[in-house]
Amino acid sequence: MLRKLQVHLRDTFSVPARIMKTMSVPEGSYERSRNQYNSTRILREILKETPPDAIKILGIVDRDLCIPILTFVFGEAQLGGVASIVALARLRQEFYGLSPDDGILFERLCKETLHELGHNFGLIHCNDRECIMYLSNTVRDVDRKGTTYCGSCDSVLYLKTDPWRVQPWNRR
Amino acid sequence: MESKVNILIVDDEEIVRESLASWLGEDGYEVAAAENGARALERLPERDWNLAMVDLKMPGMDGIQLMDEIRKTRPETIVIIMTAYATVDTAVQAMKKGAYDYIVKPFNPEDLSMTIRKIIEHQKLVKENLYLRKELKKQYRLHDMVSKNHKMIEIFDLVKTVAKSNSIVLVQGESGTGKELLSRAIHMESPRKDEPFVSVSCAALTENLLESELFGYEKGAFTGADQARSGKMELAKDGTLFLDEIGDISLKLQMDLLRVIEQREFRRVGGTQLIPITSRIIAATNRDLKKAIEEGKFREDLYYRLNVISIHIPPLRERKEDIPLLVEHFLDRFNIEMGKNVDGVAESAMRLLMEHDWPGNARELRNVIERAMVVTKGRMILDADLSLPRPSGVPGAPDSRGKSLAEMEKEHIRQVLQENRWNIIRSAHILGIDRVTLYNKIRKYELKKEPVLNT
Ligand SMILES: Nc1ncnc2c1ncn2[C@@H]1O[C@H](COP(=O)(O)OP(=O)(O)OP(=O)(O)O)[C@@H](O)[C@H]1O
Ligand SMILES: [Mg+2]
Ligand SMILES: [Zn+2]
Ligand SMILES: [Zn+2]
Repeated sequence: MLRKLQVHLRDTFSVPARIMKTMSVPEGSYERSRNQYNSTRILREILKETPPDAIKILGIVDRDLCIPILTFVFGEAQLGGVASIVALARLRQEFYGLSPDDGILFERLCKETLHELGHNFGLIHCNDRECIMYLSNTVRDVDRKGTTYCGSCDSVLYLKTDPWRVQPWNRR
Repeated sequence: MESKVNILIVDDEEIVRESLASWLGEDGYEVAAAENGARALERLPERDWNLAMVDLKMPGMDGIQLMDEIRKTRPETIVIIMTAYATVDTAVQAMKKGAYDYIVKPFNPEDLSMTIRKIIEHQKLVKENLYLRKELKKQYRLHDMVSKNHKMIEIFDLVKTVAKSNSIVLVQGESGTGKELLSRAIHMESPRKDEPFVSVSCAALTENLLESELFGYEKGAFTGADQARSGKMELAKDGTLFLDEIGDISLKLQMDLLRVIEQREFRRVGGTQLIPITSRIIAATNRDLKKAIEEGKFREDLYYRLNVISIHIPPLRERKEDIPLLVEHFLDRFNIEMGKNVDGVAESAMRLLMEHDWPGNARELRNVIERAMVVTKGRMILDADLSLPRPSGVPGAPDSRGKSLAEMEKEHIRQVLQENRWNIIRSAHILGIDRVTLYNKIRKYELKKEPVLNT
């Protein structure tokens, strides 16, 4: 699934994507009373792992994430910054008592990944319900929105990723 | 372009500030954070904060104290109190003191998005409304008086002209219609506005006392006059002398007054020196002077002396369109005076106000609103907050007789909840109370969600 995601990200942004070695979930991020992990704390640790040549770093964690004030988050990103994180737990059908479905999980993962990376590239939430930058607070919202950026978000993104974009004629 | 929405986060925990700022930032809000109340107050002047999200428990100044401070300097900033420990008492206290909402950490992300959006939307409406209202008020306002009744607006116009002259004005109207208020407005519109406005209540005093009150007295004029005193006529100097309840003075004093007004000079009681009158005289009465003349209780010649410019203020029941306007006027005023945050009057309560006959006119309405604002628990004045006699023959629940207020309230809440399928937010809105109050009442009356039977 990670490989598929790698391809998907590369094709979307036209920038090279690299899978890094697995990182353990930072100890201090566990919130005992809630049996959840603090996404902001994990994000801080991910940021420390950024390789010198990377422009963005994305963490994918198979845990349930939260921040102190919210019951959960699907992910978190530094707005216009480097690091972001996406949690798998609530994207899984099992979480809602349904039978596992890798196809659905992958689609949701792609959407949330593009969403958080969009924040990293400076995008804020979009009012277009179809747009991937639409704020989704439930998996229903995630499933309802489209798999791509709307026109205006996409053009902002195009400008923001321009310096790093692999030109088509350079692509192998 | 839409202006940026500014949110200030105040929490002593860094991780809370950072994570909430990040989450709100992703939603496009301009977010800043402060680690304690003192820092927050320092940051207040930096921007026009739309919203402050304030932690309840912080070392030093706590959330409620900070909210009080914010409300003093930035009343337009909406405050949400956040806490990890839910106690209904503090929630109620916070909401009573004007917190918009009280959220218990952790909060459902969907609800938080909704809450914030609603606040911003509400603020936008209030701003537009305030602007519109101010625009409207311009036409309907004369100093402290408001009205949209055409007769009243004519009077307001007349006042502006009359104010420039020195003629005597007679203001008539039932008790509480605003005779004194109007007389003050005449004074304030006149070139005499920086001189004194001196009011004499003619009904309150005996003939002798009123005489010395008006004209003053010399030393030894009567027993007890061990020192000379100037009367109100002198004290008014180049200002305005307001003779209130002129219909109540004795016939003898009426004659004295007539002479004084004609000659524009007077003597202190027991004095010989003539003192010129330089003030402008306005007289008011709630009596029917024409009738008093017929009955021989009021001198016709004095009446004509006073009645150079005559203003008759219509009673409130003849200008019911002024009721909502006056209500709003009094709400604004008492919100400031009492430090309250009452938004308005529920539709049904407004209907009661419109139906009432108002024998005491605007003053009675003011008192009813004042009392309602003292007793109301929420941001809306409800029927029960009004101490009005229920007009007879109003169609109501047929079985409502003999039931206590509490029983009626319980029944009403149960019904509204059922109609709204126990949607708390919507029900609270309809009831005109906040969510915490509704939860409290549900607990108090032990209301339970009943299964809806499909038929
Ligand atoms: N048009 C108005 N707009 C706003 N407030 C009003 C208006 N008319 C009356 N009021 C309110 O009613 C109160 C009573 O008004 P005022 O004292 O002028 O009445 P009055 O006619 O002199 O009554 P009385 O005959 O009993 O002395 C005022 O203090 C004011 O609060
Ligand atoms: Mg009066
Ligand atoms: Zn978009
Ligand atoms: Zn987002």
